[in-house]
Amino acid sequence: MLDLTPKGEYERTALRINPCKTCQPVGAMYAALGVHGCMPYSHGSQGCASYHRTFLSRHFKEPAIAATSSFTEGASVFGGGSNLRTGARNVFDVYNPEIIAVHTTCLSETIGDDMNAYIQDLDIPEGKHVIHTNTPSYVGSHINGYFNMMSGFIRYLSAKSEIHNGRVAVFPGFVNPGDMREIRRMAKAMKTPITLFPDTSGVMDAPMTGHFAMYPQGGTPLGDVIGLGDCMKTIALGELTSEEPAIELERKCGVDYDLLPLPIGIDATDRFLMTLAKSFNRDVPYELEEERGQLVDVMLDAHFYLVGKRVAIFGDPDTVIGLTAFALELGLVPAYVLTGTPGERFDRRVKKLLAAAGVDEETVRVKSSGDLFELHQWMMDAPVDLMIGTSYGKQIAKALDVPFVRAGFPILDRYAHPYFPIVGYRGALRLFEQIANAVMDRQDRDCADEDLEVVM
Amino acid sequence: MDAKDKVLDKYSAKVYKNRKAHILEVGQAPEEQEIAANTRSIPGIMTNRGCCYAGCKGVVIGPLKDTLTIVHGPIGCSYYAWGTRRNKARADEGSFTQYCFSTDLQETDIVFGGEKKLRQAIKEGLELFKPRALMICSTCPVGLIGDDIHAVASETEAEYGIPCIAFSCEGYKGVSQSAGHHIANNGIMRKVIGTGDKIPRVKHSVNLLGEYNIGGDGWETERLLKRVGYDVIAVLTGDGSYEDLTKADRAELNLVQCHRSINYIAEMMKTKFGTDWVKVNFIGIDASIQSLRDVAEYFGDEELKKRTEEVIEDELAEIAEERDYYREKLTGKTAALYVGGSRSHHYQYLLKDFGVKTVLAGHEFAHRDDYEGRRVIPDIKEDADSKNIESITVEPDKERYEDKYTEAEREKLRKVIPLEDYKGIIPDMEAGGVVVDDLNHYETEAFLAELKPDIFLSGVKDKYILQKSGAVSRQLHSYDYSGPYAGFRGAINFARDIAMGIYAPAWKYVTPPWKTEPVLQAAFVNDTPEPETADAADAPKESEVTNA
Repeated sequence: MLDLTPKGEYERTALRINPCKTCQPVGAMYAALGVHGCMPYSHGSQGCASYHRTFLSRHFKEPAIAATSSFTEGASVFGGGSNLRTGARNVFDVYNPEIIAVHTTCLSETIGDDMNAYIQDLDIPEGKHVIHTNTPSYVGSHINGYFNMMSGFIRYLSAKSEIHNGRVAVFPGFVNPGDMREIRRMAKAMKTPITLFPDTSGVMDAPMTGHFAMYPQGGTPLGDVIGLGDCMKTIALGELTSEEPAIELERKCGVDYDLLPLPIGIDATDRFLMTLAKSFNRDVPYELEEERGQLVDVMLDAHFYLVGKRVAIFGDPDTVIGLTAFALELGLVPAYVLTGTPGERFDRRVKKLLAAAGVDEETVRVKSSGDLFELHQWMMDAPVDLMIGTSYGKQIAKALDVPFVRAGFPILDRYAHPYFPIVGYRGALRLFEQIANAVMDRQDRDCADEDLEVVM
Repeated sequence: MDAKDKVLDKYSAKVYKNRKAHILEVGQAPEEQEIAANTRSIPGIMTNRGCCYAGCKGVVIGPLKDTLTIVHGPIGCSYYAWGTRRNKARADEGSFTQYCFSTDLQETDIVFGGEKKLRQAIKEGLELFKPRALMICSTCPVGLIGDDIHAVASETEAEYGIPCIAFSCEGYKGVSQSAGHHIANNGIMRKVIGTGDKIPRVKHSVNLLGEYNIGGDGWETERLLKRVGYDVIAVLTGDGSYEDLTKADRAELNLVQCHRSINYIAEMMKTKFGTDWVKVNFIGIDASIQSLRDVAEYFGDEELKKRTEEVIEDELAEIAEERDYYREKLTGKTAALYVGGSRSHHYQYLLKDFGVKTVLAGHEFAHRDDYEGRRVIPDIKEDADSKNIESITVEPDKERYEDKYTEAEREKLRKVIPLEDYKGIIPDMEAGGVVVDDLNHYETEAFLAELKPDIFLSGVKDKYILQKSGAVSRQLHSYDYSGPYAGFRGAINFARDIAMGIYAPAWKYVTPPWKTEPVLQAAFVNDTPEPETADAADAPKESEVTNA
């Protein structure tokens, strides 16, 4: 596996090999699927929509609906205005969504299609909506696409009326439906009413009923998206993913925001719950305190299997920051911390975590805008005991025979994972089990017969 | 109203008019039926089609294992084609198919041009990997900003002394993946095939064209061919290599599996090198038998024919028991097929082997000849979109051209084998079967409701929609990560997978018992627990309220 990868480092400035990111539109599509009754719409060549739907379906093992402007060479020369007009009309005619959420592609961005003007010219049926966001594939990553689409919804729809709605808006970051459910469950346990936006639970983890619903039960209701402007404040989870839309909401409707890391691990979950508690002047209920205590309990029970193990963590920036924080809480030693998404803020955040945990940052390679080819080369040079990250990491795990825990996006090669959270104490407990199992399975596999422990 | 009319009924006048021409019900005189194909998809109608780049890089160029292919563009295009098509490859020294290369263009590159970055990426790729050859595939923005990838390719050849081929396969070209196949075919024909040493043609040698080794199909087909005694020179392009492609002109015969994606090369090799081609199909037991016999007939060698029958007998004996078992499990079921190129046709044979009737078949990106047969090619009108795809002409290669047979001999062969011919999908379908070009999401749901096939074989974008609707659904692009499905053993793999889908115990649990059985029992009012007071977080979402 990966036999062509040479040993030794090589400075690259142009060639991206085995990326750890993808392009904006797929993130925009995923965010749009988190609004109830919404049809994502890709303004570009139909290949983009095809790839993105495929990609989402492979991660979630669920339908991922989206329409496209189906650009041809003609549209690329003359502009995609008429494609959008025809497209939007057909979508309303045939698929009858509440809202169409348009995102651009590198094609429509490069030719400079004026989306505002196009959308103003559309004949939108009474009570329906069309919104858009710009998602040039040559800027940032799918993470940018995700938050840009959130901002698009806010810009077009969210409004401030005379009265607060008594809720806090929670932006969950680029996470799985299982995580979104967990965030809602925690808020419910706290008896703190929230609007979770977007919310792909119930959409990208819809149950089998024998009937396909194009717009399943889940998703943030349109009314709640509008109502974001009436929230008391926003809790934006994931500093690199959720701040932009939080700023947008503040700018448009004057809703203040608290910026927190994704609640992965103990400290980050504590912060989320404390923020919720303070926002509503509520106590954290015993139910959650018990979960926290249980987590700490197993962390102590099994600490001697994990403390000091070297780990490589890779994936999306906020997820990786969260996983790194939890790894440090477990006593693991991060050796490589990498995201493909550009932005030095990532490096700074990770280094801050390392410093807080007393880890010498010189001993850890932290990189944004990185790729899995260099991660492989680093690991060939100085190996690790464990990898935590996304599916493409399995190649390296196989090549170097390293225990591998899957977490983040995308996970294309396993089932049921989108149902299970990695956020909250419950999510951390599950992560803990996966990590400990990976390390302990390896010990069982590799030890001499006389060393095989029945009790561990 | 028949199924077709019912499905079309929902469309607006304009869409109706367009889509009507792409759907037909096979009648009593299928040779008179015409279908619209290879035309634009309608914006907003959820097509399953991909783009030109997907056809070029994703399908034809991607499987080459000794070739470093740089995708010139923003990151996504290369990322989505990374290890996602199951074109398996084996190479002792390592395979490029495990890697993903991109220039990962950024905004400044789009503004100031990306050629400089491409040149630097090539330099880095060559220094790191020392590949046999280098390919460049362009994406939408590259075509728009006018980067001259062909000039960069020429410079690369001059500077590094390595073959370098550029493909202008921007996603907006053409109307589907099909344009990309054509562009890839042109590049391979122009620059690769016939550039190897001019060794004498190998007796009883073949190339396998349009076989991408999905799930190992190519390997299984090769195994059969080699058992009979053929030498397989090159496979285009599953588990394929640049190296093998250079020698492809040394084969005596081209076997065309996927007609749509590779017929251009088959045609051009006929003109340039005199290589005959026959249409084969190694999907299905009877189809594989027929194809093996056709190939033996082409060579006309008695020893080969005898060996062919021995191999067939032996392969059949090996699968006899399982074949009967699955036939019993599957006979009487019906299937719908919607795939890219030729599979919607090929798999009908395989389904028939097990007593399954095909009630609907459609192609994502076929042309009229794939439906109606090559006889209609002269009648196909070029439109603006197809005109944009370069059609190259080749001349006979004075050094390498060799005819195996005279025209009179070929004419004789044509009567018994599909020499340079493909009859298309329609003649093979029973009257009443529905054929749909560019089947979209809405029509998939609508035909599912109308025709109620037991099995719907399609791609991943449809798969979960179909499954959620209660239909057994298998991916025919990726085989749901199983395979091979080719040949005799492959047929059993396929039947096993289909049977697994139909008989999966989980189907029994779709409806919970409380939906069919009353659970409420009489009780004193006082015994019924009070529901908890709902707070705001508990309140039903607005959507649930409006839906109720």
